[in-house]
Amino acid sequence: MTLALEVTGLSYSFGAKRALSDVSFTVEAASFTALLGPNGAGKTTFFSLATRLFDSPAGAIRIFGRDIRHHPGEALARLGVVFQDPTLDLDLSVEQNLRYAAALHGLGRREAGRRIERELARFGLADRRHEKARRLNGGHRRRIEIARALMHEPPLLLLDEPTVGLDVPTRRQLVEMVHRLCREDGIAVLWTTHLIDELDGADDRVVLLSQGRVQSRGTIPEVLAAAGVSDLASLFTPLAALAS
Amino acid sequence: MKWMICLHAIVRRELLRFLNQPSRLISALVRPLIWLLVFATGFRAALGVAIAPPYETYITYSVYVLPGLVGMVQLFNAMQSSLSMVYDREMGSMRMLLTSPLPRWYLITCKLLAGIAVSVLQVYAFLAVAWLCDDDAPLFGYVTVLPALIANGLMLGALGLLLSSLIRQLENFAGVMNFVVFPLFFLSTALYPLWKIREGSELLADICALNPFTHGVELVRFALYGQIAPVPTLVVLAVGGMLLILAIIGYSPSRGLIRRKGR
Repeated sequence: MTLALEVTGLSYSFGAKRALSDVSFTVEAASFTALLGPNGAGKTTFFSLATRLFDSPAGAIRIFGRDIRHHPGEALARLGVVFQDPTLDLDLSVEQNLRYAAALHGLGRREAGRRIERELARFGLADRRHEKARRLNGGHRRRIEIARALMHEPPLLLLDEPTVGLDVPTRRQLVEMVHRLCREDGIAVLWTTHLIDELDGADDRVVLLSQGRVQSRGTIPEVLAAAGVSDLASLFTPLAALAS
Repeated sequence: MKWMICLHAIVRRELLRFLNQPSRLISALVRPLIWLLVFATGFRAALGVAIAPPYETYITYSVYVLPGLVGMVQLFNAMQSSLSMVYDREMGSMRMLLTSPLPRWYLITCKLLAGIAVSVLQVYAFLAVAWLCDDDAPLFGYVTVLPALIANGLMLGALGLLLSSLIRQLENFAGVMNFVVFPLFFLSTALYPLWKIREGSELLADICALNPFTHGVELVRFALYGQIAPVPTLVVLAVGGMLLILAIIGYSPSRGLIRRKGR
């Protein structure tokens, strides 16, 4: 079993406030894992650590075996990221946005052009290539951000609450698209969310985070069985109430 | 090769963003042009400027103030870049840059070079308008000033980068204007020569002489006349290098200030 992401004993504090406490979990290659937690659970802090915006002296994050603190270049080269806040340059065209991302990973013009064509076709946006990002709707912008994260063909994709602000059908489409990436391209996905309806597949794995701690992890049936409840809502609702 | 591709992309993005926002160019030009066309005309009668290097003859106030206004363009561009980096960091696109596998110090340096490119473009646009208004320097000065603009852009851009790593929220940016931009600009030789300030206050003149922005303006002033000013050159490069190192530390994931803010 190849581990795409391995988090071991990760802790982090902002001053006196503990944001993450001894967090450990793994994401297998070519699998879909949801990091599920109510607002304030520590998901975004984890995301900042996993993308090396800052790092923690306590614990370790390994991406395909590369420690992100000690080998950041090798780790980040294997990682695609979709941030919670939109990060497209709205005044640039779709193509310019994608080219920029490709160049940040050192891809030359010709290779970038080939990959842009492939990713836009995959996400059904080939005809929007020269349009300014500002003209795209929210769902399409998110697709472009996922396409952008895939430009350097990373084997691990992190998405931080990518469906925020989207309507239900668009959310479903995105969830399905990302599942397809796991199935057809063998990409490992870590999807952070506080929306339990974004999880449904029996093969999906879930890491339940609350108040900076991992409460449970495993496939959905395993997590439900361990908690002795019949559905995710019964497990999640009390945690969300506690957080608020 | 990867490094050059990355540098090219970051500079290109900054230039495209700049060119796609004509209002940014206009506002960058309006501020110094008001000084040049309105204030300088008004002050012309009140302020005679004696012969002092690099000038070889009596000059009008508008000729004197031109390098100071070049400095103003560069200073405000650096602050605008800094503001956009705070915004980028809050909104995420700075985070995207920092997820590149290339070393962080290199990415920050690329960001600085991109800011310098925009700054130089703005200065030449301003100098072109000033030339049309007859407030021009010798023709060769437009070429010899380029290295000075790059050095000054480096110092001011590095200051902007450092500030962007220190500022917690966008709202705090007003403080930067009050406590950084205005003192830097007004306590310098941008608007009045040092000897003139000394007539009014020894203390203020000493502060102006120590201000790195004064050295940036003097570097540009001499370069516009094809001359090298050794002390300003050294000060600008040394302060610029130091600020860049601090900015790189500011953006470092383990020691950086972003870490403490939890963004």
